[in-house]
Amino acid sequence: MPTAISIFGLVKNFGSTRALDAFDMTVWDNEVHGFLGPNGAGKSTTIRVLLGLLRRDAGEIDLLGGDPWRDAVALHRRLAYVPDDVKLWPTLTGGEVIDLMGKLRGGLDPARRAEMLDRFKLDPTKKCGTYSKGNRQKVAIVAAFASDVELFLLDEPTSGLDPLMVMAFRETVTEARREGRTVVLSSHIFADVEALCDRITIIRQGKTVQAGTLDELRHLTRTLIEVETERTVDDLEKLPGVHAVEREGLQTSFQVDSDEIDRVLRHLVQFGVKSLHSAPPSLEELFMRHYGDEVSEQKKPEEA
Amino acid sequence: MKQAFTGTLALAWVALSRDRIQLPIWIVAITLFKVFVLAAWNGDLTDEELLSVTQFYGVHPAMRLFGLASGPTLGAYVMSRGFVLFAVLIALMSILFVVRHTRQDEDTGRAEYINSAVVGRHANLASAFMVAVGANIVLALLISLVFIFNDLPVAGSFAAGAAYAGVGIFFAGVASVTAQLAATSRGATGLALLALGVAFALPGIGNMLGQVDEEGVRIISSWPAWLSPLGWGQQMRPFAEDHWSLLGLFGFFFVAFALAGFYLETRRDIGKGFLPEKPGPAEAAPSLLNPLGLVWRLQRGAFVGWAIAVTLFSILFGAVSGDIDALLEELEEWTDIFERIGGTDVMIDAAFVTFVGIFAAVIAIYAVQVLLRMRLEESDGPAEPVMATAVSRQRWIMGYIVNSVLGAAALLLMAGLAMGISAGVALDELGTWVSDLVVAALVQLPAVLVIIGIVVAAFGLLPRRVGLIAWLVLAVAIITGPWLAGILDLPEWAENISPFSHAPAVPAEAVTATPILAMLAVAIVLVGIGILAFRRRDIDLPAG
Ligand SMILES: Nc1ncnc2c1ncn2[C@@H]1O[C@H](COP(=O)(O)OP(=O)(O)OP(=O)(O)O)[C@@H](O)[C@H]1O
Ligand SMILES: [Mg+2]
Repeated sequence: MPTAISIFGLVKNFGSTRALDAFDMTVWDNEVHGFLGPNGAGKSTTIRVLLGLLRRDAGEIDLLGGDPWRDAVALHRRLAYVPDDVKLWPTLTGGEVIDLMGKLRGGLDPARRAEMLDRFKLDPTKKCGTYSKGNRQKVAIVAAFASDVELFLLDEPTSGLDPLMVMAFRETVTEARREGRTVVLSSHIFADVEALCDRITIIRQGKTVQAGTLDELRHLTRTLIEVETERTVDDLEKLPGVHAVEREGLQTSFQVDSDEIDRVLRHLVQFGVKSLHSAPPSLEELFMRHYGDEVSEQKKPEEA
Repeated sequence: MKQAFTGTLALAWVALSRDRIQLPIWIVAITLFKVFVLAAWNGDLTDEELLSVTQFYGVHPAMRLFGLASGPTLGAYVMSRGFVLFAVLIALMSILFVVRHTRQDEDTGRAEYINSAVVGRHANLASAFMVAVGANIVLALLISLVFIFNDLPVAGSFAAGAAYAGVGIFFAGVASVTAQLAATSRGATGLALLALGVAFALPGIGNMLGQVDEEGVRIISSWPAWLSPLGWGQQMRPFAEDHWSLLGLFGFFFVAFALAGFYLETRRDIGKGFLPEKPGPAEAAPSLLNPLGLVWRLQRGAFVGWAIAVTLFSILFGAVSGDIDALLEELEEWTDIFERIGGTDVMIDAAFVTFVGIFAAVIAIYAVQVLLRMRLEESDGPAEPVMATAVSRQRWIMGYIVNSVLGAAALLLMAGLAMGISAGVALDELGTWVSDLVVAALVQLPAVLVIIGIVVAAFGLLPRRVGLIAWLVLAVAIITGPWLAGILDLPEWAENISPFSHAPAVPAEAVTATPILAMLAVAIVLVGIGILAFRRRDIDLPAG
């Protein structure tokens, strides 16, 4: 499959801080790609390097077939960006900003503009100085999605939106994907990522820690199993891949690495299984593990 | 009621520490300016000279706009020259301070954060008043001391300081009310500045319409002068009559404004004003849709303000030209200074070289402001989405440079035209003066361009220092410029530092191409360096 973005070994330093440290990421054409990581991990920095606003110190980047620094102007005609903290000019109205951004990007579709304004319930006659944070964000979102571009780079676009607007946003992204466009979505909101993203990349301290589809990532983690048996379950702890065993009479609960489930189930049947409940890890648990400090002890995807 | 003020002292302390640089800079800069101005004016005026300069302010209606003549003493003369200018500066300090610590905090969300702590409803405004009044009193005392050290009478010196503080405190009150009325902090500042503009105009008109005594040294102002706090300050007549009782007027109005501010504050929501925000256009005009048009749109309001001020002052400076010869006959030392600056003993020409040069330096401030907006947009963030569009860095930066250059050129042209027309009418030689002074103003443009070049280069190479560098360059260019170098009697090498010293001294001299071309070349090289450096560096955005 052709790639919209491929980043290899990207390094970016701010003075003595290394914001990106040999970071890798691949975004396929026409996918919605989730970009996650704790605060200060390097998400915004990556996006700004992709926009040619920051100059990389090392690494290779292919953005829509070009180089983000050298070919910035030509590439910017083909992409739209929603910044993390949208700052606008207090004396311009929202409508003026939307037209300005659209025009500077190379034009925008008036019908689409009207539709987006309506969808996001945005009053274009208000001065930006009087917009709330969420409304400023909506100005940037409308400006981006009213343009006919191949790629959207969205940096925490829903952080200030109310739940209704989040639904409108999801609808918009889904639509864009259906029309064959590519979306990179940096977010801290798991529900958005789970609802929208085909694949995700998790970044931590400037390095890639995980990449793949949600299912693939789930496979790399543990499943929670709760089982009731006729006899007490013995020797469970000795099996590979079993963690956090807790017993209460004949009730046993534990976690198991996804690739060891089969062996564990064979072991359990010896004790007369009366009921069994298994839950895949929630997305949230999955991320918590990758965000937390023990991540370095985790298996890297390529080893798995 | 008492609870409404809980936390006032703590907030005053917060305000002071937030302003620990800004407020002292205002106070020290205004005081130093006073020191400087006194050093330049004081000289050793003989009694006859004092009489004649005082008459100058008494007899000529145009001069009465600038100050109120109260008698032929040195102190009174200093007040007629300086009071209005310094009163405006002090009022500005108060307005900006009060808006910064009330309305602006609401716009940035800081107020919400503060109000969520245990503070009373009125604590924030009360703390702003405390600090503003305190700052005005400190400044007033410093200015009084400056007068005293210049050997002026002690009582008059304190009366003068009190007049300044009165104006400053009055406008702290005004700003507290406009902060409640307007929908945004910009609106609040704008309304208060409008009030300051009216307060500036009224005493000028009142003095102009007033009666002068037989000797021509004391004006009895007509009623409009009494409608303005700047008028009351003048009517205190420090160093002449010291009418202390007029302080009561300032006090009364400050209390009235403060009560109105407290009252209005309880009647509105945080972040909203009483005057509704007008809806703007839902779609952008085509002229806005490019980097040049965007910068012009953002700068338009400021430009119009500058254009009005430059035109008005140019008309005034042109209008006094008819009396210059008469005045200078009496003032030998000024004749020397004008001669040195203008390089001619035709006093009227020398005077216009000086005036035009001063306007050029002031207009350079406008040009620099446009360029510093570019840095603000970068460090604050609005530049980020623009540079993520198909606008190249070169086109983006050119939007500012072109606006800066054309803005300065237009203002210079207005200054030359307005001064030329009013001098032409006064001297009854319209054609000559208009063409001479327009040329005189426009040949100053290359010097402004050199300053623009330095700021652009600094923006490319040292973006985080560009503000400091820009103001330093302006200060050096002005201090070593021909007018101040003349007054301060600087050596020639120092005078040569300023680009303004190299602009042809039209109308005293003919236009010469060499300095113009040389300065143009320097400016182009500096701008080129700036653009190249900017294209190669990171955009210095706030961390996302
Ligand atoms: N202009 C800058 N100067 C210095 N350091 C910077 C700058 N921009 C970012 N950094 C640093 O680089 C690191 C990565 O920051 P970045 O903004 O990319 O994080 P992020 O993943 O977007 O975080 P968040 O989720 O909070 O938005 C941080 O340590 C940050 O402090
Ligand atoms: Mg970020």
